[in-house]
Amino acid sequence: MNTLADFLDASVRSATPLLLAAIGETVSERSGVINVGLEGTIIVGCLAGLAAATVVGPTGALVVAGMAGLALALVFAVVAIWIGADQIITGTAITMLGLGLTGTLYRVLYGDSGSALSTPTLAPLGIPLLQDLPLIGHALFRQPLPAYLATALVPAVWWWLNRTHSGLAIRATGENPAAARSSGISPRRVQTIAVLFGGLCGGLAGGTLVLAQVGTFAEGMSAGRGFIAIAIVALGRWSPVGAAMAALFFGMASALQFLFQALDLNLPYQIFLALPYLLTLLALALAKGRYRAPAALGARVRVVELA
Amino acid sequence: MVIPSGTNRTVTTAAPRLALTAISRHFGQVTALDGATLTAARGEVHALLGENGAGKSTLMKIAFGLDQPDAGTIDVDGRRSVIRTPRDAMALGIGMVQQHFALVDPMTVVENVALGGIDRFDLAATAARIRRLGAESGLALDPDARVSSLSVGAQQRLEIIKALARNAQVLILDEPTAVLSPTEAKDLLDWTRRFADAGGTVILIAHKLREILRIADRVTVLRRGKTVLTAAASDVTELLLAEAMLGATRTAAPVSQAKAPHASDGQPVLALVNVAAMDDFGVARITNATLTVHGGEIVGIAAIEGAGQRELLRVLAGRLAPSQGTATLPDAVGFVPEDRHRDALVLDATLTENLALRGAARRRGLMPWKTLDDSTQALLRDRDVRAANEHVAVRTLSGGNQQKFVLGRELAATPAALVIENPTRGLDIRATADVHAALRAARDAGTAVVVYSSDLDEVLLLADRVLVVAAGGVRDVGTDRDTVGLAMLDASP
Amino acid sequence: MPASMRVTRLLLEPVLAIMLSLVALAVLLAVSGYSVPAALSALWHGAFGSWAVLASGTLVRATPLLFAGLAVAVAFRAGILNIGAEGQLLAGAAAATAVAVTVSPQLGLAGAGLALVAGVAAGGLWAGIAAFLRQQFGVLEVISTIMLNVIMLHLTGLLVRGPLQEPTATFPQSALIDQALRLPRLVPGTRLHAGVVLAVCSALLVWWFLRSTARGFRLRMTGANPRAAASAGGIHVARVATSAFIASGAIAGLGGAVEVTGVTFALYENLSPGYGYTAIAVALLARLNPMAAIGSAVVFGALEAGAAAMQRDAQVPAGMVGVAEACVILVLLASEWIGARAGRISTLFWGGPPPTQHSVTPSAAVDPA
Repeated sequence: MNTLADFLDASVRSATPLLLAAIGETVSERSGVINVGLEGTIIVGCLAGLAAATVVGPTGALVVAGMAGLALALVFAVVAIWIGADQIITGTAITMLGLGLTGTLYRVLYGDSGSALSTPTLAPLGIPLLQDLPLIGHALFRQPLPAYLATALVPAVWWWLNRTHSGLAIRATGENPAAARSSGISPRRVQTIAVLFGGLCGGLAGGTLVLAQVGTFAEGMSAGRGFIAIAIVALGRWSPVGAAMAALFFGMASALQFLFQALDLNLPYQIFLALPYLLTLLALALAKGRYRAPAALGARVRVVELA
Repeated sequence: MVIPSGTNRTVTTAAPRLALTAISRHFGQVTALDGATLTAARGEVHALLGENGAGKSTLMKIAFGLDQPDAGTIDVDGRRSVIRTPRDAMALGIGMVQQHFALVDPMTVVENVALGGIDRFDLAATAARIRRLGAESGLALDPDARVSSLSVGAQQRLEIIKALARNAQVLILDEPTAVLSPTEAKDLLDWTRRFADAGGTVILIAHKLREILRIADRVTVLRRGKTVLTAAASDVTELLLAEAMLGATRTAAPVSQAKAPHASDGQPVLALVNVAAMDDFGVARITNATLTVHGGEIVGIAAIEGAGQRELLRVLAGRLAPSQGTATLPDAVGFVPEDRHRDALVLDATLTENLALRGAARRRGLMPWKTLDDSTQALLRDRDVRAANEHVAVRTLSGGNQQKFVLGRELAATPAALVIENPTRGLDIRATADVHAALRAARDAGTAVVVYSSDLDEVLLLADRVLVVAAGGVRDVGTDRDTVGLAMLDASP
Repeated sequence: MPASMRVTRLLLEPVLAIMLSLVALAVLLAVSGYSVPAALSALWHGAFGSWAVLASGTLVRATPLLFAGLAVAVAFRAGILNIGAEGQLLAGAAAATAVAVTVSPQLGLAGAGLALVAGVAAGGLWAGIAAFLRQQFGVLEVISTIMLNVIMLHLTGLLVRGPLQEPTATFPQSALIDQALRLPRLVPGTRLHAGVVLAVCSALLVWWFLRSTARGFRLRMTGANPRAAASAGGIHVARVATSAFIASGAIAGLGGAVEVTGVTFALYENLSPGYGYTAIAVALLARLNPMAAIGSAVVFGALEAGAAAMQRDAQVPAGMVGVAEACVILVLLASEWIGARAGRISTLFWGGPPPTQHSVTPSAAVDPA
């Protein structure tokens, strides 16, 4: 059934930027830093991707988008980690900054009308034979580059967190920064690296949105994806594999509206947009105590403070 | 254990393993260290002694890179060294087991040991290493156990293994025996001896003089941030050490002062019958406690750390509901918990607001700020609390003044009973004397006072009657130091 | 320290933050190739240029910001990181609309009152969900309120396309609220409505409540140090925190109800241009002081109103003001840090310890040291 195949394809497509952002945020939160500035990071990635695409082409632009996200995350890291301000408030400001900055720069760069400037998008890369599989062929094996990148990041980040010294340092810092410090780790350095990685991924997510999907920029086009990614991290229980499943779930929920349009069903799709959030809340409530957030998540690290 | 005589110990004439020279450290206006010096050689167990607040922990944190000195030098094996972080310290072969363990609870033993490592990440190899170190040292641990499931003794072994896995040559132990059972404590001290005999260096922060003289080769005593004595352990006596710790003016801290027995004829104020109580994690700490405290007496509670005295005190203070049995308490019990900053004071609030905290739960309507200001002023005057005025934040007060303020607040309503935990931890000698005097005055005014201190001598000094908390119950074994000590360890004489 | 000096010091940081942000804005304008004087002049005239502009623009926009800012301040003072003011405001707006389009217009002001009460209840209820999840299941309120914001946005979308859609069922918005059920205009010829009075009264009430009542005292102590509040004060901190959370939502809900009955007269999805998020900046600039929040809300209301004028008259993108707002927050966060380190210097200047002031951020954080 073609509609179902399209639905799966759209699900993976919608899930890709969400997964990219969520993978980065997973690393960041495992180090004890919740970055609600992710929304701003994504939109900065969107605009940077568009601007760079005309100069260096879509693939190079993806890299530029990642760098732009990283730059904004650096601002967050300076204020929230090195100055030690509250993470939530800093993150809120970063989101405002990202949204304001992109809205401004877009008009500055492309005129007041904000006329739709479009860029060629990354073509889907089909894997021979596999892409011809019925139903799932296109969904899994005929996607643009970022989808494969996001998929590859899942085992890579899992390996990083669980099979390397720096991953261990990240997890230890998220649970007990003081203990990490006594073990010879600099919690601030670890958190900075984790946050910058989160920014890189957030920027890539924004780049994906423009370069692999929409092909243009619109003010506020991140449309809450940063917040969705934070929900995905929680629903995925702070693990990369969990994030992948949760991202796909959110992706399916937003693809439902296309399915409904295709099937000519007149169901209110808002229900399906809200549903993943409701389920996330439910999952968080039910997971009480078992799969909990890192113990020091959101804590203001005052490493230099002594008796 | 028979300590081998000095001749068969390896003492090299080379530069000392660790030399901390003329170290100073100030926190704001408080001087924690004032030119302190400590020199530890290869193959020695070096005891570091001093009163609470003498600067022992600060000096050791500096040696381990957890704090930076304002002045002074550090030499390791004769080389001038700068230790900015624990990583620097570890690279120089210095390891430390802090009083509050630095372990990541949800992680496993092997992950904690691997944490911060620089070699190849290989948990299997690290686990093998833990087993081998365990076999060599007698500090056995299951590498796959989660830290949260380990006993306190096992957590301490893990901390030592962590240091040994980094090839620590100098091991700093901050009050290691305080949290251990008597057997565990003896095993640990015996182990430090073996570690030193094998060429290692142990710096041991401790309080129990007898224990120290048994195990240590050399002793350094700090008083008010200065090194006042360094000597071979064989050359000093308990009395000499005590004098060095407390200073020449021992009258200020009348440890040996004879105490007139205080006969209480007051009414029963606090009564527990067959009470059981659980800690924050639902573990039964007190299983069956029965006791009565009368008005006009000070009852001292003696216990080793973690014996359940924490829960018992909170039941007596009405802060914890017993899980079984009956507790008969007066309406309001004054309570001074040990961690003032966390449990008794709102540091950023004003003195008046902190005074108003008492009874805040029952207050209705408007806050009578004018009256409360006046009461606060009266309290500052009566209790000799040094503060600019009642509108400054409690944070601006010194530790001693904060404690006097809390005590004054809890006594302000002349409660029928007062429960106080480690009343003088971190206070200087003068503030200690003031607090002791206030407790005696409260007793004389008819209040039933319950005092717990981790320092047994303070309990014996203050108490009219001593109750020992051990094995989930409460016993009255008189006030003889040795008998009480044995009862604390739940051992028979 | 004399009171005047204390006030000066309290004002110093916010004023500095605003000035630095305006400088940042000017730099951004210059870099982007706009005429700085023209743009800033448009901003000023759009915000304070005339009584009509002040009333219809600045004050009208300051009103929901003040409600939401109070909501944030109350929550933060209780140690609750409620960033769900946006969703709670929308909940209030939706409930108020539902009531206002249902009740008979003959009720007049009483009907408007009913709508406001519905808004208060809905805002409280929406926050109550997060409060319940926090208390019963330990769900971080930061995460739950973010999600509830999004859920409410979709719910609003659903309502204006379903049960609350206008009679012709064409546009995604509710029917217009009847003239009789709207909040009265304060100044004829402007959009200034009675809601602004309500907002200022709410600010004064919250200020008085926190300062003078026993409940307010318990709320503040719970936020400043929950352990001491429980141990030394015997305060039931979980209950206090939960009620503060619900009260916070109720205030935001009132803001939403005032917005629909005073300004928009209908419910639609994009009713709030992020009032609930800007509110965090409003509360922060006011150092969580409800009285100061009045001034702070006017500052941000002026920025928002001025931004519209700047876009209209100087063709400068309104997003630039968002950048300035973000800068206000970041500068304030940084100044707290600088302030802590400048303690010794300030002692030299003021001849005493710095005045007690509330940290702009709640101290619910874990101190790992």
